[in-house]
Amino acid sequence: MIEVKHAIKSFDGNTVLKDVSTIFETGKTNLIIGQSGSGKTVLMKSVVGIHRIDSGEILYDGRNITSMKRKELNALRREIGMLFQGSALFDSMSVLENVKFPLDMFTEMTEEEKIERAKFCLQRVELSHALDLSPAEISGGMQKRAAIARAIVLNPKYLFCDEPNSGLDPKTSLLIDQLIQDITHEFNITTIVNTHDMNSVMEIGENIVFISKGEKAWQGTKDEIFDTGCEPLEDFIFASNLYKEIKKAHKFFQDKESSTKQK
Amino acid sequence: MFAIKEIEKVGAYTQLMYRVFAKPDKWSMFFRQYKEELKKQGIDSLAIVVIISIFIGAVITIQMIKNMENPLLPSTLIGLATRDILLLEFSSAILCLILAGKVGSNIASEIGTMRITEQIDALDIMGVNSSNFLILPKIIAFVTIMPFLVLTSMFVGIIGGYGVAIFTDMITVKSYEAGIQFAFTPYYITYSIIKSVIFAYIITSVSSFYGYTVKGGALEVGKASTDAVVNSSVLILLFDIMLTKLLL
Repeated sequence: MIEVKHAIKSFDGNTVLKDVSTIFETGKTNLIIGQSGSGKTVLMKSVVGIHRIDSGEILYDGRNITSMKRKELNALRREIGMLFQGSALFDSMSVLENVKFPLDMFTEMTEEEKIERAKFCLQRVELSHALDLSPAEISGGMQKRAAIARAIVLNPKYLFCDEPNSGLDPKTSLLIDQLIQDITHEFNITTIVNTHDMNSVMEIGENIVFISKGEKAWQGTKDEIFDTGCEPLEDFIFASNLYKEIKKAHKFFQDKESSTKQK
Repeated sequence: MFAIKEIEKVGAYTQLMYRVFAKPDKWSMFFRQYKEELKKQGIDSLAIVVIISIFIGAVITIQMIKNMENPLLPSTLIGLATRDILLLEFSSAILCLILAGKVGSNIASEIGTMRITEQIDALDIMGVNSSNFLILPKIIAFVTIMPFLVLTSMFVGIIGGYGVAIFTDMITVKSYEAGIQFAFTPYYITYSIIKSVIFAYIITSVSSFYGYTVKGGALEVGKASTDAVVNSSVLILLFDIMLTKLLL
């Protein structure tokens, strides 16, 4: 579990995070959603420790990263896997070498053991056929899957995904979402996904934190998201005609259900 | 304003170097990177060093012949002047200026691209000291390979001059040979190697700094690459004067 307590972060006098407090639960896919420029990326980068918050606390199962020294933070980071928006695979290495890299850096396993583990992770993301290809030789969706394999190779306790669906077609996005959720449940990881993709929200949103203008405006599950009464969230969700229609349908069925109950 | 920016840059460079010169997270990974960098920066630069040195050696010899047509000047001076120009300046300073273009831009664009594609962030998130992991092997590799490149350049440059003596009738082989052996000061080689090692450090560290601190996109990587070459070259020239005054 990751707890954020009263996090405040400013850049050049501009306060981007305004007293944000929330909890990201273990074994669930926790989503941070919000419009571009709302502060969700800053929140995620602060939770990971890329940005140091000005005040407040960020607790990883009770361990406060805001007061950690660089060495302690580095040790904690070995429990973290991260999937970047652009995959961030190392260009100079093959897919297999990319996945094996964290094992090379942080374990004393033999070469055979490392290859076996890397292959297992690649098999888990269905990339066994691309071991020797370089990142430039595979598609965007495959790069994302390779990056997921690299992120989970050290059995992380915490998995961060920064806009995992950006640049992907809807079908591949769905596969990536499903993979993230499956891995979260399978390995009981605390997963945090930063997204503004409503399809992801409806697909894997087990715990959703909505950020608006640097503040936490709402928190709940995907089943609660249509009836929040939170104006900025409704503006965000129902910006497209598709979701306006979905809301109408949702309301229709709700009304029908309540009238049936009354009868 | 400009001065403050430059002072800030020096401060950022010093902080980066403090992180670079830390104990590597894993020695086996450091040596793997080190070997790759030796190949990339050293072996891959050998061809350009040989080509440039052989031609410059020949050109210097021809120019010396043209400038010493006075019958009062002994022809042995041609070989001596060629040798001393190569040993004192060309094979260290000028060669490093050329390599600042090749190696410096390569380093800045490689690290800069890694920065903008979040590969450096990925290393940081894993708990790897990214500056140490990426930059230290480059610095150590180039500093260790540079004396060999300098010695190769000296040798090949003198061979270039030999070519003029062999293939033209501008100077006899005997006179050129006598010239390159006349009044030889072995310290010039030591002086040249000391300079080149310092220049190698300047090229790699300055280029790495510009690459590592890139913000933005492809355009900024290109700019960082240019800045790396320009600033390395200016620093090489500055240090060339200082070291020459100190060492000779």
